[in-house]
Amino acid sequence: MSTRTILGDLMEEAKNIVGPRQDQVRDSVVKSIFQAAENIAGEVVSCSSPGRANWDRKIDNIITSPVWGFPSMFGLLAVVFWVTLSGANVPSAILAEGLFWIEDRLTDLFAALHAPAWLHGFLVLGVYRSLAWVVSVMLPPMAIFFPLFTLLEDSGYLPRVAFNLDRFFKKAGAHGKQALTMSMGFGCNAAGVVACRIIESPRERLIATLTNNFVPCNGRFPTLIALATIFVGGSVAVFPGSAMATLAVAGLVVFGIAVTLLVSWVLSRTLLRGEPSSFTLEMPPYRKPQVGRVIVRSVLDRTMFVLARAAVVAAPAGGFIWLLANARIGGTSALAIIAGWLDPLAGCMGLDGFILLAFILGLPANEIVLPILIMGYVCGGAMTELNSLADLRQLLVDRHGWTWLTALCTMLFSLCHWPCGTTLLTIYKEQRNWRWTVAAALIPTAVGVVVCMVVNNLVRTLDWV
Amino acid sequence: MGLTYQSTGKLATREIFNVPASIRQPVVALAGNPNTGKSTVFNALTGLRQHTGNWPGKTVLQAKGSYIHDGRKYTLVDLPGTYSLLANSVEEEVARDFICFARPDATVTVVDATCLERNLNLVLQVMEITDKVIVCVNLIDEARRKNIRIDSDKLSERLGVPVVTTAARSGEGLSRLLDVISDVVFGRVQPKPRLVRYTPEVEEAIARLEPGIRALVGGEINARWVALRLLDGDIKLGHSLEIFCNRREPVRAAREVLV
Amino acid sequence: MAGKTTLNNLPSGSFALVTEVLAEGLIRRRLLDLGLVPGTRVEVVRRSPAGDPTAFNIRGAIIALRKEVAGQVLVSPLGDEAAG
Ligand SMILES: Nc1nc2c(ncn2[C@@H]2O[C@H](COP(=O)(O)OP(=O)(O)OP(=O)(O)O)[C@@H](O)[C@H]2O)c(=O)[nH]1
Ligand SMILES: [Mg+2]
Repeated sequence: MSTRTILGDLMEEAKNIVGPRQDQVRDSVVKSIFQAAENIAGEVVSCSSPGRANWDRKIDNIITSPVWGFPSMFGLLAVVFWVTLSGANVPSAILAEGLFWIEDRLTDLFAALHAPAWLHGFLVLGVYRSLAWVVSVMLPPMAIFFPLFTLLEDSGYLPRVAFNLDRFFKKAGAHGKQALTMSMGFGCNAAGVVACRIIESPRERLIATLTNNFVPCNGRFPTLIALATIFVGGSVAVFPGSAMATLAVAGLVVFGIAVTLLVSWVLSRTLLRGEPSSFTLEMPPYRKPQVGRVIVRSVLDRTMFVLARAAVVAAPAGGFIWLLANARIGGTSALAIIAGWLDPLAGCMGLDGFILLAFILGLPANEIVLPILIMGYVCGGAMTELNSLADLRQLLVDRHGWTWLTALCTMLFSLCHWPCGTTLLTIYKEQRNWRWTVAAALIPTAVGVVVCMVVNNLVRTLDWV
Repeated sequence: MGLTYQSTGKLATREIFNVPASIRQPVVALAGNPNTGKSTVFNALTGLRQHTGNWPGKTVLQAKGSYIHDGRKYTLVDLPGTYSLLANSVEEEVARDFICFARPDATVTVVDATCLERNLNLVLQVMEITDKVIVCVNLIDEARRKNIRIDSDKLSERLGVPVVTTAARSGEGLSRLLDVISDVVFGRVQPKPRLVRYTPEVEEAIARLEPGIRALVGGEINARWVALRLLDGDIKLGHSLEIFCNRREPVRAAREVLV
Repeated sequence: MAGKTTLNNLPSGSFALVTEVLAEGLIRRRLLDLGLVPGTRVEVVRRSPAGDPTAFNIRGAIIALRKEVAGQVLVSPLGDEAAG
């Protein structure tokens, strides 16, 4: 007799024994186990001062209070952004200074060796320079934000966010733990997508997966910060400019959350129709994070992570951009020609062809979007000195006609466009379905295009710029 | 005969769980409720850097690492946290199938010292699947701060399995844990779990199913536990069992040829 | 004994004994696994600032349940003095 038939018989027999009392059997089994646990715990656990002050509850009285719950959440978010934004400024400047000094020395070296101009151009002005941009502009905010975020995670704050926001997710037909997966998305959207496994219902897990990208990951966050600092904060991260820039970034993140809820709501009424499933969330006790260890470790981890990605993605992308910018077709660079093709669409969205091209070439990793954009702008022109945010402002505003509207639309499109290649791959691995993977790219892109067009045309009709 | 049935059967089924059959070193699993510090224990023992975080559900992928103790190499598997092993969710299924079918040489159940009672629920379920259980009462530093005292000798006596108290974050108690694991793995200590007795009706039903199950699965999988699961209408376990038995078939055939 | 009600109807700070879990299927299993078996004492800890879900202290852990789920747990409220 085969295994299957024996097993089938056994299951049949079990069914006969239990009869219609399936639930009762389960109840009785679970109850017996809990009873035993209770008895054992009663014998071995002793608690000498049960009436001790309960700190957890006092903290929760504020963090989840009807009055302070939401303001404290927004406040904490703003503080984290503010520390990141103002803290990144100095290391950013130092790194830029150092790395561009090295660039000059490399140039000297190539000159001394009588290396051909194209080799110097490709390696130094292309590969090295884009690496330098990634490290100086992108790394500092990432290396500050991530540890702060890890501290919040270790303290036990995240489940409280889920607790506070669950009602909204329920209204959107989604799962309260989506707030947790979104929190993970701040670090990295691919990690956020994997974290979606904590949502048991497949429908709600898919909603969380498809919308995770509306949380700006660590790779997009510095772009938002840099643009906010330049266009809202007056290009220096000092008070009150830094506070304004912080509010702008926080506002964008809140907008991203609103879009997440809206898209979840639409999805749960169209493609992914269904009822919200049951939801249980354990709120662990607050724990004092091991501050020193977390900081050292996550700064190192992030730095290694960014450097590795920069080496793998930014360096080749930089070389590629240099080639495009220097390959002349009928007197114009290939880069300019491609940007020209994209211009009409980009124009409707308040962007320009170079910006859209940077987003497209940034598909492998969001960290390289801003560096690629700078490279694209710089490669064509004669600008050489560019090693502070003030210089960047000059490049964008004076040479390429950016207004605050351009910056806003770029930030909005950064928040709402296709996920990076790694995230898409992760979505495919998790869902094993290429249709949903395509949807995960199309949905945010469609939202981004529409949002940018609406904002752009609205502002222009109202004559605000 | 070098190729013993017992070991080959075990190794063959472990492959399903990404533990290569070629690994001849002992396999130790870390089970426990969510957020009890499994990944912290895992990191402390293996020197790896699994992500930890103060919220239930941080680990969703099963992680594997190894450590050396007394000159022997062990494979350590960090399982997702679960409230029970009754397989209501994917994580529970992963954890349960691993303990049941990959049959680790020891299963360390990590429990939260500050709420032992609810954690014992899982310990009692793990003990139904395997004898080789060690209870690791973690977060003992937090329990101390909350003036909660745990009589670990008594706990060990009541459960019938070794108990080690630890504070994994600071490393307290971990060397003792390593010793106890090796004792259990190499049979120097043989845990004798004191299982939960159910109501007479349930016990009677178990008794009726057990012999048939034992005939099918042999001594490798706890027949009492399988009986209980079947009574609970656990179809998924039925599927897993089928795969397990079919995988074993060729091994059994091989043995018959060899013997 | 006080009249029976469901878990979602209790005010914050009150205590109750679980008498029966009405939910079926997966939700029932979930609730049982969390320790909501008849006879368990539950404390209503707090409501979310948005009004739902509610956090309960169940066997030493703080667990949040939406009102649809909590509404499927029958309880008998305990007086404050019985709360100990
Ligand atoms: N004070 C103290 N904290 C600890 C100890 N062990 C772990 N922690 C903390 O407890 C939290 C949870 O630890 P994890 O190792 O992520 O728990 P886990 O069991 O792997 O959790 P899941 O993967 O969600 O199932 C983290 O914030 C740890 O830093 C300990 O012994 N003492
Ligand atoms: Mg873990």
